[in-house]
Amino acid sequence: MSDGPQHEGRKEWEEGGPERLYVVTAGRSRPAEQAALDLVTLIVSRSAPASGMQPEHVAIIRMCNYPLSVAEISAYLHLPASTVTVLLADLVEGGHVEARAPIPAAALPDVELLEAVMHGLQRL
Amino acid sequence: MDCNVSEALVGPRIEDQLPASAAAAVKVVIVGGFGVGKTTMVGSVSEIRPLTTEEMMTKAGADVDDIAGVERKTATTVAMDFGRISLNEQLVLYLFGTPGQERFWFLWDGLFEGALGAVVLVDTRRLEVSFDVIGRLEDRGVPFVIAINAFPDAPVYPISDLRSALDLSATVPIFDCDARNRSSSRDALLTLMRYLHSLTTATPEPQ
Repeated sequence: MSDGPQHEGRKEWEEGGPERLYVVTAGRSRPAEQAALDLVTLIVSRSAPASGMQPEHVAIIRMCNYPLSVAEISAYLHLPASTVTVLLADLVEGGHVEARAPIPAAALPDVELLEAVMHGLQRL
Repeated sequence: MDCNVSEALVGPRIEDQLPASAAAAVKVVIVGGFGVGKTTMVGSVSEIRPLTTEEMMTKAGADVDDIAGVERKTATTVAMDFGRISLNEQLVLYLFGTPGQERFWFLWDGLFEGALGAVVLVDTRRLEVSFDVIGRLEDRGVPFVIAINAFPDAPVYPISDLRSALDLSATVPIFDCDARNRSSSRDALLTLMRYLHSLTTATPEPQ
C-alpha cells in the first residue's frame, strides 16, 4: 500500500524557497491584526482583480470566484499556508475577498453539526 | 513569454469547484506514521484528488520548543496532504493527513484548532509511533478513534490485545480498516462522528 509521496524534500523547493516567500509577503511573516484565518476558512472573491495588484493577489482573486479553502489556495499557489494567510489578510482588509470562518468546534462539537456530517458521509 | 503567475491557469478545475453556497467548513485530522496510509485514506474518500499544503519548519521553531533534532537553519518545508468532501450545499468537510512523529507536532497547533476530531491510523508493525500520537492527542483533549490499517504482511492481533497494548480507555473506538477502500475509510469517519456524538450527548446538560 502506498502512502503517496511524502514531500519532505519537494521539487518546488526553489519556487517555495524562503526568498520568494519573503518577497511575496513584503517581509511579513504573519498577518496584521485581524481574526486568524484557519486552513479551512473559505475564501470567496468580492471584486475583480485591480490593475497594479501583485500577481499572487490576482491569482487568489481569480481562483476564488467560487469558495475555496485557505489550504486549497496554498496547494494551488505552491505557497505555505502561513504565507497565503498573509496575502489573504491584505485582500480581506481591502474588501476584495470575503472569508467564511469555519464552524468552531469548541470542547465538543454541536450535535446538529455532527448529524449533518454523518448524513453527508452516509451518502458517499 | 510572460511567466507572470496572474496569467497562469492557477486554481481548481471546474469540477473541483465548491458551490457558491458553501458557507462553512469543518475538519478532521488523520494522523499516523510515515507509510501508514494517511494519504491513501484521504484519497479514497475525497471528492477531489488529494492536494498538498506545506508549512515551513523554521517559522514554527520560534514558538515550539520540542523540535530537538530538527535542523533549524535551513527552511525545511513539511507537506500535508488533504482532501475534501462536500457534505451538503453549505457544509464542507476537509480531511488532513499529518505525520505523527514528534518532530512534526509543530504542525498540530493550527491543524487541530477547531478540528472535530482525529482518526489515528495504526500500522501494527510500528505501534510505537501510535503511542506518542495517542498521548499527545489525549494531552490536547482531541477526541480520536483508532483505525488499524490492514497491511497484508502486518502481524494480526486481536483488537482487545491492541486496546490494552495502546492503553486505550474502554470507550475509545478501535477497529480494523482498509484505507484503500472508500467505504471502509468512510466508515472510519462515521465511527469518529458517532463517537463524538456519544461524547456530546453524554455530557450532562442543565435541567
